[in-house]
Amino acid sequence: MAWFKRKDAGIKTSTEEKKDTPDGLWYKTPKGNIIHTRELKNNSYVCPDDEYHVKIGSKEYFEILFDDNKFTELDADMKSGDPLKFVDSRSYPTRITETIAKTELKDAARTGVGKLNGLDIVITCMDFNFIGGSMGSVVGEKIARAIDHALEHKIPFLMISKSGGARMMEAGFSLMQMAKTSAKLALLDEAGVPYISLLTDPTTGGVTASYAMLGDFNIAEPGALIGFAGPRVIRETIGKDLPKGFQSSEFVLEHGFLDFIIDRRQLKNRLYTLLNLLKH
Amino acid sequence: MVLEFEKPIADLELKLSEMKDLAKGKNIDLSTDIKSLEEKIQTLKKETFQNLTRWQRVQLSRHADRPYALDYIYEMTNDFIELHGDRSVKDDKAMIGGLGNIDGRSVMFIGQQKGRNTKQRQERNFGMANPEGYRKALRLMKMAEKFNKPIVTLIDTPGAFPGIEAEERGQGEAIAKNLREMFKLKVPVICIIIGEGASGGALGIAIGDRVFMLENTWYSVISPESCSSILWRSWDYKEQAAEALKLTAPDMLQNKLIDGIIAEPLGGAHRNMKVMAATIKSTIKESLAELDKIESNERMNNRIDKFCAMGVVVE
Repeated sequence: MAWFKRKDAGIKTSTEEKKDTPDGLWYKTPKGNIIHTRELKNNSYVCPDDEYHVKIGSKEYFEILFDDNKFTELDADMKSGDPLKFVDSRSYPTRITETIAKTELKDAARTGVGKLNGLDIVITCMDFNFIGGSMGSVVGEKIARAIDHALEHKIPFLMISKSGGARMMEAGFSLMQMAKTSAKLALLDEAGVPYISLLTDPTTGGVTASYAMLGDFNIAEPGALIGFAGPRVIRETIGKDLPKGFQSSEFVLEHGFLDFIIDRRQLKNRLYTLLNLLKH
Repeated sequence: MVLEFEKPIADLELKLSEMKDLAKGKNIDLSTDIKSLEEKIQTLKKETFQNLTRWQRVQLSRHADRPYALDYIYEMTNDFIELHGDRSVKDDKAMIGGLGNIDGRSVMFIGQQKGRNTKQRQERNFGMANPEGYRKALRLMKMAEKFNKPIVTLIDTPGAFPGIEAEERGQGEAIAKNLREMFKLKVPVICIIIGEGASGGALGIAIGDRVFMLENTWYSVISPESCSSILWRSWDYKEQAAEALKLTAPDMLQNKLIDGIIAEPLGGAHRNMKVMAATIKSTIKESLAELDKIESNERMNNRIDKFCAMGVVVE
């Protein structure tokens, strides 16, 4: 006979009284390392055990880069229109409304103006959570205005790309955002204002074929997928398996399209050093 | 090759030619019948081609008999000299270019080139350029600027080539640089979509003071087939995708994403290449006459402002 005895049968705690274990307290990297989210945050969202760079958004990048997380957001309320009345399995406005509710973001990019170790900087950062970080009119217009701000105040511009490419639901309009952003970058180039393009995981399609590759300095986080065509499309086109490490940051650096790869934990200081070198 | 919706017309045309042969061979007067049949064909053609669906226009843009860039260039110019190579890696045969003279004026022509038969198609890589193609195009544009010659680009591509070497040599960077540098060109730039205008691969030579589409072409961020496969998760919704993408010349003009439409001969450009080339040529000449009047810095600023105005946002 057991040394304890259950007095009441079954579990009597009602659903309302049950205590939740908070979700997302622990993060598991693709290599299987487990880390507490608080520790992850203190480590610029890089797992110390395997150096895996967790995919983060504008909120986190701004927190990492702007002094005391202080910045002024530009065009914070800009949202997508639906110029083509686009419908696939859902209508485009429905998709937008649902995504806004789910992500608490207005679209796939945000611009902040603030200081990085005391130096003025304009940063536009993409959010992959918003329809795959796809570039539509809002993303294009926000980047264009961020560049206008950089031009007007002669402040260096940092673009953090993280995107699957153009937004299909805006078809021709999204294609022309590649042109628009490149037009503004032509002006920035002529004005001699520094433009740093940071490519993060993933940066592909129309984003790679426009502003992401146009930096005076093209830099990337380690292990990011960077390419024009997606790996699946290439595999299907050529009917062959792709070599290991194909389209990784390291591959792109090796082929001469990046200036350097930077660990996110050193990002802020490296940017500061670079901007200082340009200044003096 | 005859497209499905061209069939009723082709059938009647066959009947007409038989009737003409019969009249000639047996020396009988069928002129009334011939005339009425000709009228019938004309009416049917008009009906068919005035009510094309978006997908039908996509099909016409890819018609096997459709004229390609070099066909138009040789038809429009005297003394055309093709120029090759990007001075770095190789000569990309999917992207052609050179100097030619249209009615007394030298123009730098650049365009994607498709092949007519299997061998040519392979050689031209189906009009899908590699990075060296875009770099060759930029080299020729800079040359045109140096010698103060206007640039005309003829766009016809199913996309920039997605391959291993293309990625190794920076397909994205090559296109991106063209976009930025085309905004800085001090000479007039006229861009004409003559067939397919697929995404970045098309845009990479399509930043112009004037951008035109031939009547039966398409220009968008993705092909209807790929759009169908991504959004509908099947290749079978290409017609719907074409409708949703609003990728035809009238759509693009309505959305102010292009500057004008160049009318095609009834039945499509392939029905009368000479007439089509003549129309393109007169459009080029008219546009150049307008653009010549604008000072080069202003022309460049107008080009930048035009593209910067594209997009619809809510604030």
